[in-house]
Amino acid sequence: MSLFTRLAEKSWTSPGGEHADPETYRPPAAKVLLILYFGVAAVLFTLVTSAYLMRMGMPGMGHGPMMGHDGMGGWRPLPEPPLLWINTGILLLASFAWADFARVERAGAGAQARSAQAKSAQASNALIGRGRTAGLLGLLFLAGQLLLWSRLVAAGHGLRGDPAAAFFYLITALHGLHVIGGLGFWARAMRDLRAGRDAALPVRLTAIYWHFLLFIWLLMLVLFVST
Amino acid sequence: MATIANDLKPLHHPHSWIGRYVWSQDHKVIAIQYALTAVSVGLLALVLSFLMRLQLGFPGQFHFIQPDNYLQFVTMHGMIMVVYLLTALLLGGFGNYLIPLMIGARDMVFPFVNMLSYWAYLLSVIVLIASLFVPGGPTGGGWTLYPPQTILEGTPGASWGIIMMMASLAIFVVAFTMGGLNYVTTVLQARTRGMTLMRMPCSVWGIFVASIMGLLAFPALFVAAVMTTLDSVAGTSFFVPTILSMGKPTGHEGGSPILFQHLFWFFGHPEVYIVALPAFGIVSDLISVHARKNLFGYRMMVWAIVIIGVLSFFVWAHHMYVSGMNPYFGFFFATSTLVIAIPTAIKVYNWLLTLWRGDIHLRVPMLFAIAFLFTFIHGGLSGLFLGNVSVDVPLSDTFFVVGHFHMVMGVSPILVIFGAIYHWYPKITGRMWDETLGRLHFWITFLGAYAIFLPMHYIGMLGVPRRYYALGETGFIPHSVHLANEAITIAAGIVFAAQLLFFYNMISSLFRGARADPNPWGAASLEWQTPDTPPTHGNWGPKLPIVYRWAYDYSVPGAARDFIAQNEPASAGPTEAPR
Repeated sequence: MSLFTRLAEKSWTSPGGEHADPETYRPPAAKVLLILYFGVAAVLFTLVTSAYLMRMGMPGMGHGPMMGHDGMGGWRPLPEPPLLWINTGILLLASFAWADFARVERAGAGAQARSAQAKSAQASNALIGRGRTAGLLGLLFLAGQLLLWSRLVAAGHGLRGDPAAAFFYLITALHGLHVIGGLGFWARAMRDLRAGRDAALPVRLTAIYWHFLLFIWLLMLVLFVST
Repeated sequence: MATIANDLKPLHHPHSWIGRYVWSQDHKVIAIQYALTAVSVGLLALVLSFLMRLQLGFPGQFHFIQPDNYLQFVTMHGMIMVVYLLTALLLGGFGNYLIPLMIGARDMVFPFVNMLSYWAYLLSVIVLIASLFVPGGPTGGGWTLYPPQTILEGTPGASWGIIMMMASLAIFVVAFTMGGLNYVTTVLQARTRGMTLMRMPCSVWGIFVASIMGLLAFPALFVAAVMTTLDSVAGTSFFVPTILSMGKPTGHEGGSPILFQHLFWFFGHPEVYIVALPAFGIVSDLISVHARKNLFGYRMMVWAIVIIGVLSFFVWAHHMYVSGMNPYFGFFFATSTLVIAIPTAIKVYNWLLTLWRGDIHLRVPMLFAIAFLFTFIHGGLSGLFLGNVSVDVPLSDTFFVVGHFHMVMGVSPILVIFGAIYHWYPKITGRMWDETLGRLHFWITFLGAYAIFLPMHYIGMLGVPRRYYALGETGFIPHSVHLANEAITIAAGIVFAAQLLFFYNMISSLFRGARADPNPWGAASLEWQTPDTPPTHGNWGPKLPIVYRWAYDYSVPGAARDFIAQNEPASAGPTEAPR
């Protein structure tokens, strides 16, 4: 039933409990929560993007006389060191690793369903190894971002008097916090896997979450590079 | 893996007192924790408002109120009332209590996250209260917290107060996001069998849509809070332009104060409806139950809630007319603002038509619901004035605006909250409150609210500015304004004192009130059909209820009683309500 059909229901004319709202498939609650959170995060990053463009002084976004002497409010484009691209590559690899992790997990779960016997230790180790790779790439990305920060600071791009840099730090920090959150979910999934518990849902949802983080990062990268 | 309420994870059953009432994961306990915290901090804001009134009514008589204090009172009163009282009470309090009970669930889908949400909220309140005690006191920049003023020397709390405020708001946003995700997911996932979306009571609809709006609007406040903090602490120039403070350059360069205003109001306007929509929903239920009539135009009511929720994201700049903008933007925002009047008017007409020829029982909750119609229509009409750019510009910085927004988003939701507390108190506590005290509380509060806020419209039209510590001797302010200010202050004192009746009634009834019937109002919605009153952990005993009808089958011809509960099978009586 589409949402519009549901919202058009004349509930006062349709009594009875059996035919109304049969036990339709409902996705796992955690998945719904995750998708809702994507909405929240999308708004968050949209807002900082529009703030970025407005502060930069995009035509049509704003207000001339309020700006500094040069009309750009002291805005100087930030350089794009190679590290930025390397970090992007690492995040891309992390996303691939997560996709692989989730695929192996799914295959393992399928095999388990087909044969009653428990997963072999070898398959389980392969799974944990893939999980480790995915998580470590995430950590590496964070470390790379920190290194990038220190490089930029060393090159004289502080928070003070350099709005482009300030926005860069703000946006990368917000993104980094989301990556740290993702690593938290990763740690939980790994703990469950090691303990031999069912980690199907955490692994699959965290993989989706990492793809989302990559997507956001690519959009932010376009913003940084194009301005 | 379907997660219909029945196959939720087994409930967490704590055994110790602390586990049950402090670190509780039961939505009902969390609701009460939210409500008590919100009401406590709201009482503080009430005291602050009375201090402001003392200064306005009797300027210069109270030496402990200095200009700085006055500005701090204004700021803290506004912020506490809007965010920490109304939002937290309506969504954290009523949302938590009502959603699972009204949709037939055992608890929220993520009870642990729900608990975290409360404790983060409490932390935000503690940080906020702590700002009263930091050097320089709390911020006095006005509740809108516009930079550069809020972070410049000379504004009260510019060093510490503003940082504490921003930290508190950021924590609040995190708390709300955890709660809001939970409310929305619970409504989507945990409805019991037969509870279609369009069988949910309007209260749940209001809270549901308001939660979605909060999830989308609060990030703007979060970003604004973080960026202001950086401007203040790290010397960035997001919002602060090149500026001289006390003759010295501040080191900021080229920031955009308008940018903050956009971010703030992108949160701030939806916030009005985040507060209003749950109130709309609750009042619909109160009116229907106590008028013993099905809600007129239920579908239209639900759609109106959704439409108002969507539209409220396209009107924010009507708070910024005096900041200056492209005239075409002004035209757009004035139009979108006035368009919201259409779904809102639909709701008002439907409430009136629900009352029309109803079997109206003027019990205390109903009195508050009807009073809401008065104050809301009143505040809505003055809003039509202010929505127009050319009318708003001269009125914007006057008491007319104070009168308007207190009527529409101060008094109106508070009246609904009172009505709702009286309405659900018997279910929450299992006791009845005292009717006489309740009526007395109602009449003083309702008439008193008019005595306070009606004259403000008059004062405002004379051009008396808001946020001023003292008016002084000014040619355009006649003597009558001072008399009106004294009268308002006296009325405020009486209303303030009358709230003691409410608290006395609620607390004493807890111990001495008569045992409440499980369904004293004869209501059809699910929360009144629980096997225990007050409902126990898990709400429904061994089996979840099955829902057979909508929540508004009142006075159905031929039925045994004048209501048919949502979980009564179709065979229990005629099922089709008259239309």
